[in-house]
Amino acid sequence: MLQIKNLHAKVEDKDILKGVNLTVNAGEVHAIMGPNGSGKSTLSAVIAGNENYEVTAGEVLLDGEDLSDLKPEERAHRGIFLSFQYPIEIPGVSVTNFMKTAINESRKAKGIEEMPANEMLKLIREKSELLEIDRKFMSRSLNEGFSGGEKKRNEIFQMAMLEPKLAILDETDSGLDIDALRIVANGVNKLKSDKNAVIVITHYQRLLDYIVPDFVHVLYNGKIVKSGGKELAYELEEKGYDWIKAEN
Amino acid sequence: MSKYTEDDLKVELENKEYEYGFYTDLESDTFPIGLNESIVRAISMKKEEPQWMTDWRIEAFRAWQEMIEPNWANVRYEKPDFQAISYYSAPKTADPNKTLGDVDPELLAMYKKLGISIDEQKMMNNVAMDIVVDSVSVATTFKKTLSEKGIIFCPISEAIKEHPDLVRKYLGAVVPQKDNFYAALNSAVFSDGSFCYIPKGVRCPMELSTYFRINQAGTGQFERTLVIADEGSYVSYLEGCTAPSRDENQLHAAVVELIALDGAEIKYSTVQNWYPGNKEGKGGVYNFVTKRGICEKNAKISWTQVETGSAITWKYPSVILKGDHSVGEFYSIAVTNNYQQADTGTKMIHLGKNTKSTIISKGISAGKSQNSYRGLVQIGARAENARNFSQCDSLLMGNNCGAHTFPYIESKNPSAKIEHEATTSKIGEDQVFYCNQRGIPTEKAIALIVNGFSKEVLNKLPMEFAVEAQKLLEISLEGSVG
Repeated sequence: MLQIKNLHAKVEDKDILKGVNLTVNAGEVHAIMGPNGSGKSTLSAVIAGNENYEVTAGEVLLDGEDLSDLKPEERAHRGIFLSFQYPIEIPGVSVTNFMKTAINESRKAKGIEEMPANEMLKLIREKSELLEIDRKFMSRSLNEGFSGGEKKRNEIFQMAMLEPKLAILDETDSGLDIDALRIVANGVNKLKSDKNAVIVITHYQRLLDYIVPDFVHVLYNGKIVKSGGKELAYELEEKGYDWIKAEN
Repeated sequence: MSKYTEDDLKVELENKEYEYGFYTDLESDTFPIGLNESIVRAISMKKEEPQWMTDWRIEAFRAWQEMIEPNWANVRYEKPDFQAISYYSAPKTADPNKTLGDVDPELLAMYKKLGISIDEQKMMNNVAMDIVVDSVSVATTFKKTLSEKGIIFCPISEAIKEHPDLVRKYLGAVVPQKDNFYAALNSAVFSDGSFCYIPKGVRCPMELSTYFRINQAGTGQFERTLVIADEGSYVSYLEGCTAPSRDENQLHAAVVELIALDGAEIKYSTVQNWYPGNKEGKGGVYNFVTKRGICEKNAKISWTQVETGSAITWKYPSVILKGDHSVGEFYSIAVTNNYQQADTGTKMIHLGKNTKSTIISKGISAGKSQNSYRGLVQIGARAENARNFSQCDSLLMGNNCGAHTFPYIESKNPSAKIEHEATTSKIGEDQVFYCNQRGIPTEKAIALIVNGFSKEVLNKLPMEFAVEAQKLLEISLEGSVG
């Protein structure tokens, strides 16, 4: 589904990614781990098409299509979803309104007519139950005054609403207490199928107890330096990143 | 006559007037350019006004001659030449040979975006309508409903003839002829406008001018509106039109007066979308409006405005809270893009006891525009326990526009409570990217963010107006980002 080949990227003249290779197939869960500053968030931003990052070499393919000329929204329409590490506030725009706009813009891009209101309401009800979200939450301004946990849960709610092909969860576990973590992970697990894929970006092994990865990759200094099964996450937890740093 | 200049022409015209006597010109539908007492008299005569009205206009004209155009507003423009304007044109009638095919396609595209019906499009472009069954019958039904309740709603020129007592009593009661330069000019030469009277205890059953707005279009550049809500009555009045008005008149100077008698409530909503000029800042309407209302005991006046058009906007809808326990509200969204300049706000004059006012102003600036909020909260010595809450928020798009806030507070009573909050924010790249990532293109993302920012004010608009206003905000800011 996703193929990343020899990806190099920089931000403000600083090279961050220095040749990333990664293949993700439908039905798989990949975890990307690594110490601070190794390029994890840059990788997710580049896949999503953030224009502040410049791709200097290599390519990202989704189902064989080169994404390099596609705008962020076009990538979203093709099924890429990014759960933000720091979700952005949009005052005065309710969660419902935001989701309605997002869903209908995607439909418009695909030449499908707008989702009827009753269908939208049904979908919201279904997905908010999945993530144990109080319905009152839906009329609040997007991320404004949300607690850290609420923001992250809202990200996963949006993912549930948009049903992406490829979801990238950028440090979704940070700022979550153990109950919220369980709810979020549960949600992700329920949404998993053999048709979609998930990339989990995290520092800690904790989240991976709940969202069990098929593959674990270690990103260090802009490259994937080690790949393995879920046991690699335990090894990292035990030995720390110094072990990786020492080897490279 | 090798060097025949404009000045020569002016002299010639002036001389001609005296030479042949002015009134021969009455045969034509448009007056010659320039303004003097004869022109003012001629306007009054053309409209078959009673003597008191003519005198009133003359008084205003004489005052205007002594006045100087104000320049304290935070706007820069070339002062109009008041002697280069024609002050009377017969109302335009539908041209039987014109079809919608003759109308600027860009304009039609915009109508489509706003969802304006074909009939309305025709009305606005002086295209004769083939089928008017619907609107005519609707209008008749409306008029019948209104008259059954004793509500008067008609052109002000008609009211001057049919209801002289009411007009004489209230015209200029809130905005005197000599109030300011533009108000004086308007008082002297106003072409037409609306008159509305709601009798005691009557609740007007419909939003006035929801249907009528198309009939109201084209009332000219010196519009005069007078709304009187008698004791205990209620009216919601909608002014303007979300459709872009490409008026060739560059100068607009309207006056609106609201009178809310004991226990009455007036809700006055405006959407202003005059031609703002092109992207380089050429052309566009200068909009210098005086809007003011007076509240008697327990009365309430609420101004809601969405200002997206005009090259220059100079407008301060105000409320004089004369009666005890009266309430004034001002909710405003002002959008400026390209080279537009807006200096707008309100005045809340607290005279009565326990009077209350609320000001919510949302300024959105894009392009190279300048957007200023200017507001005065004045608490008189006898206004015990007066309260005001003001909130002025500015949203900036890009790095070349400006937002300014000029709040003036004058309190002569120590029991007053006045609160003022102001914020300035910028649409962040991160906000736009967040929306993009969810599949929302940038233009739509901006519209969403702007709508969210303006929500408190949009919510105050009558439902159908609010939907149109939202679309209008979107269109006004089109192309304002990357």
